[in-house]
Amino acid sequence: MSMREISYARAGMEALAEELRRDPKTIHLATDAPPSLVQEFGEARVRATPITENAFSGIAIGAAGSGMRPIVNWSMVTFCFVAMDQIVNQASKIHYMFGGQQAFPITFRSSVGGGTGLAAQHSQSPYSMFMNLAGLKMILPSTPYDMKGLLKSAIRDNNPVLSFESSRLMGFTGEVPEEDYTIPIGVADVKREGSDVTVVALAWLVHEALAAAEELDKEGVSVEVIDPRSLFPLDRETIRTSVQKTGCLVVADEAGPTAGASAEIAALVTEDAETFKSMTAPPKRVCALQVPIPYTPTLENHVFPDRNRIIAGIREVIEFRTD
Amino acid sequence: MTASPELQRQMLRQMQTIRRFEERASDDYHSGDIYGVVHCYIGEEAVAVGVCSALRGEDQIISNHRGHGHCIAKGADLNRMMAELYGRQDGFCKGKGGSMHIADFSIGMLGANGIVGGGISIITGAGLAAQMEGNDNVAVGFFGDGASNAGSFHESLNIASRWNLPVVYVCEHNSWAANTSAKMTHSQDDVAGRASGYGMPGIVVDGNDVLAVYDAACEAVARARAEDGPTLLECKTYRHRAHTERPGAVDPRPEAEVAAWIERDPITLLIDHLKRQQGQYSDEEFQAMDVEILAEIEGSVTYAKASPFPEPNAALDDVFAD
Repeated sequence: MSMREISYARAGMEALAEELRRDPKTIHLATDAPPSLVQEFGEARVRATPITENAFSGIAIGAAGSGMRPIVNWSMVTFCFVAMDQIVNQASKIHYMFGGQQAFPITFRSSVGGGTGLAAQHSQSPYSMFMNLAGLKMILPSTPYDMKGLLKSAIRDNNPVLSFESSRLMGFTGEVPEEDYTIPIGVADVKREGSDVTVVALAWLVHEALAAAEELDKEGVSVEVIDPRSLFPLDRETIRTSVQKTGCLVVADEAGPTAGASAEIAALVTEDAETFKSMTAPPKRVCALQVPIPYTPTLENHVFPDRNRIIAGIREVIEFRTD
Repeated sequence: MTASPELQRQMLRQMQTIRRFEERASDDYHSGDIYGVVHCYIGEEAVAVGVCSALRGEDQIISNHRGHGHCIAKGADLNRMMAELYGRQDGFCKGKGGSMHIADFSIGMLGANGIVGGGISIITGAGLAAQMEGNDNVAVGFFGDGASNAGSFHESLNIASRWNLPVVYVCEHNSWAANTSAKMTHSQDDVAGRASGYGMPGIVVDGNDVLAVYDAACEAVARARAEDGPTLLECKTYRHRAHTERPGAVDPRPEAEVAAWIERDPITLLIDHLKRQQGQYSDEEFQAMDVEILAEIEGSVTYAKASPFPEPNAALDDVFAD
């Protein structure tokens, strides 16, 4: 494969353009129609909607149930909350409650996370709210490569898929093949192999965890970094296998801990008898403080976890270790 | 377009079928064979039948929580409908939906929907799909006066008009949103008046006169099919029953108001019309048809009872499509 370096945001746009090219049933709905897509595919397929997330999310559901393959961009996850009726009451249940009569292939994109100085309403990571429902798939890429491969899988999937995309990573660059490829939804990626402690990190925190691993390597602590990449389905096997090897788990998430993805990951590890038996320390969660995200840097930086807090979390687990 | 004598008879049969189906559903709900909740459409049959008679098989409709009438008017199989209400394997939704989520996508019936206003944007999306496919199909959304106050109604009408979508929005104005009078909640009596704000025709029609509904629907459907855009069609009607069939359900509607509307029963109105206009329709003919309909309903109950309940593990099926 011939590789080139592109940004996380660019990888998303490439996935869109290639899938719009690949399948004429694919359409794009967003309050901002990306000019490059409008130019190539026209205003009929790449539609600028009024600011009506509730209506155009529902329109996507109706179009999907009538043979189209819509991609909806809510822009920030913040804006999807006005469409909660369509997401929760309709999209997540519509296949099931009608007995599987009709598939609803829809991709809903939105950016998540903070670190952008945008304060409480525009710095949210609410994916666990949706994990708590049944009927939605969810991806959360951390690299340009994962973004493109997962987003293409999301668009090709015959179900509603929520693509949560990290605000902090939009300008982050990485290698992406020129050729067409996909990454299956529900398969985690071991971003770094290690033997002493497993860190399951989400989105931007994958990079902070890798930096923490690099730092601790100097002290002879071997850290394995796992990126679930999808939140539903969650790759339980890869996470449990890693913890069975290391005996220790740290979960790093930009969301708050309460009923979060981090809680789900800790539970799937500890409730599994085989994995639990191998554990030598209680799981440790390194998450945002459970507050709305504040604006000014001293407060915002204090609320979010980073590499230093991950290092502290790893040390805590290692010090506890009973082996 | 004026309905032919033949079509008028078909309409009468459909209206009476809806009525008999629901009377039976109500009975079997009270006997415990049907679970949860049943919302009866009795009294409003002329709307579903008048509108759906103006449609082709490929056209799509969406319904609300009061969906039996729309299902039957679009041509759904009574056996599989009753089996769904009975919670059986052979129901349209394999027992996962019940009365409030009855659907048959194979005939373009995109489902009853338990969220007031929830289906309005979905049917708008079906209209978008029809426009993009260029197949000249029309999408029809049925909803009540209650839903016309929801944001989804206003957002969807604006978009449908701006995008010139082939959609007919049918407001079944029965004056009561569950147990709250429209007098308490609506800024104006006519919902159709709102259409002008979105640049589309807003038509008010007597929703108990199936022929008037049919004529208005034909015009709106023709407009949509000719790519002339959406229409808001308001049908003034009334339900004869309380909001739900639940025993002891509150019904705050004035007795005189209910009685006045029952006087204008849409089925009686059509029978009278057939007798008056054609001079060849008799009570005997109606009775004979009714006997056939009752036998058909009985057959649907037999079918439902013969269908097994789904295996408990089937609860895990169909969360996702393949």
